[in-house]
Amino acid sequence: MEALKTSAPALPPGFSLRETRADGSQEYFLNMGPQHPSTHGVLKLVVRLDGETVVEVVPHLGFIHRAIEKMGENETFVQYIHLTDRMDYLSSHINNLGVCMAIEKAMGIGVPERGEYIRVLVSELQRIQSHLLWWGAFGMDLGAVSAFLYGFKEREKITQLFEELCGARLTMNFFRPGGSNADVPEGFIGKVKELLEEMKFSLDEFDTLISKNMIIRERCFGVGRLSRERAANYGCSGPVGRASGVDFDVRRDDPYSIYDRFKFEVPLGSNGDCLDRYLVRIAEMRQSVRILEQVVAAFPEGQYRSKEKASYKVPAGSYFSAVETARGMFGTYFVSDNSFKPYRVKSRSPNFSNLSALNEMAQGGKIADLVAILSTLDLIIPDIDR
Amino acid sequence: MSEETPKPDATPEVKPAEAKPAAPPPPPPVTYPRSAGVTMAAAPKASLSRFLGDAFGLFKGMNVTMRYFRKPSRIVTREYPENRGTLKMSERFRGQVVMPHDEKNEHTCTACTLCEKACPNGSISILTTKNLASKRVLGAFVYRLSSCTLCNLCIEACPFDAIRMGHGFEMATFTRDPLDLILNKTEGR
Repeated sequence: MEALKTSAPALPPGFSLRETRADGSQEYFLNMGPQHPSTHGVLKLVVRLDGETVVEVVPHLGFIHRAIEKMGENETFVQYIHLTDRMDYLSSHINNLGVCMAIEKAMGIGVPERGEYIRVLVSELQRIQSHLLWWGAFGMDLGAVSAFLYGFKEREKITQLFEELCGARLTMNFFRPGGSNADVPEGFIGKVKELLEEMKFSLDEFDTLISKNMIIRERCFGVGRLSRERAANYGCSGPVGRASGVDFDVRRDDPYSIYDRFKFEVPLGSNGDCLDRYLVRIAEMRQSVRILEQVVAAFPEGQYRSKEKASYKVPAGSYFSAVETARGMFGTYFVSDNSFKPYRVKSRSPNFSNLSALNEMAQGGKIADLVAILSTLDLIIPDIDR
Repeated sequence: MSEETPKPDATPEVKPAEAKPAAPPPPPPVTYPRSAGVTMAAAPKASLSRFLGDAFGLFKGMNVTMRYFRKPSRIVTREYPENRGTLKMSERFRGQVVMPHDEKNEHTCTACTLCEKACPNGSISILTTKNLASKRVLGAFVYRLSSCTLCNLCIEACPFDAIRMGHGFEMATFTRDPLDLILNKTEGR
């Protein structure tokens, strides 16, 4: 026993294991990632394990840090928009909207009626698209490979719509201060209507495939619980916070754009386990379909963008805007010194806060549950590191 | 407690008519639920009938797969390298930047450098020269595809529609050199 202790390599600073027990068993570290498929990117988790039981999870960040906030200081306000595509790449339209809203707030730029409708239309399509990808990846993380194909089959339709709309499938760079880059192409609204009909059918199909699947339910129910108080303390927002019972949605509680005109409900869970996070996202997709139906029914004619400025010189001051991305509250904070470039940019990313709750959720569970928890957190790693 | 403390600007008991403008009407009551619970309240009790019902649910899920198996027309697979001939990108597709030339092999670029200023990454360099009338014209439109993020800002900045986003998307090369492009075929006039 004594020899085993001395021959063990010294742990790096900050790491510690409990004493070896009398029967010779001891805890050990396991590196999960940065190339693990279920971490959905370059997230490294150092997991302290006791047998198969998780004792502690420490996320190691910075593998995809690109200093986007610092880069923003050297680019004009409009040039900064396209960098936010690369933060949460599944909510790129909504990130763009957050930046544009901060600029509009600073300069007092209005948005025409049709521009606002385009914004809501595109944001909700983006939310559905993001949740569809999550749904597919969630199934695959838990071992149902076919779910991935079904999820991506539906997502492809929305991605095609985005390609027709703005020419890109992932890094959109579509919204501009005062509206959007371009008007919707001809026949776009008709295609969205078709898509919504298909979506209703697909969501029922998803329920049959995964939501009512007893294996998935047994694996998710009661796993990775997060209480309402702790979720609020960690700053969890979006589906993760709402599954724990934090009744907060920026679209409803601080309505931006024209969200206050549409009827929708905010799905709310109370157990805060993996199943609740799953059910909240499925219900959110149905609510997004409901919003989109109201949008396409009342889609107005007119201008899509207010008069474009030659350059955007933001008056001195600090400006904040908050939007609800598919993962929670995304905040953009500008400090301007009355110039064409921001003095300082700060993004409040929902993923960073959601990740911070991981340790508490995974403690005491099994290592296989950690994969389920990670999947339902729906992390986008470039948004954590920025 | 707060009811007992008198407010400093409390309105008198009898107030003269039309002394104050009417208070703003209260916001209309919300007539539909703002939050909807989706939780499965507690784990259902284990029983034989529940187990059989859940097992039947698995077969219902399997039936979805069988539906697609019986009706292959709903499958949307496209085989990319084989369908290259018929592949049509949407009109606004953002591929690499191209400079359209007319039948006389001329372009409309005036070397105003607005696109160069609009580019966030410094991917565009406008090299100018002088024509016979010693007027400043475009010499070479240097475009570095390797640092381009295809953000469309240069196309928006161009007042002469001299450049646009092409539909090419197969941009992989074995070396870095082919990614430094000169877009114009002739010097400006």
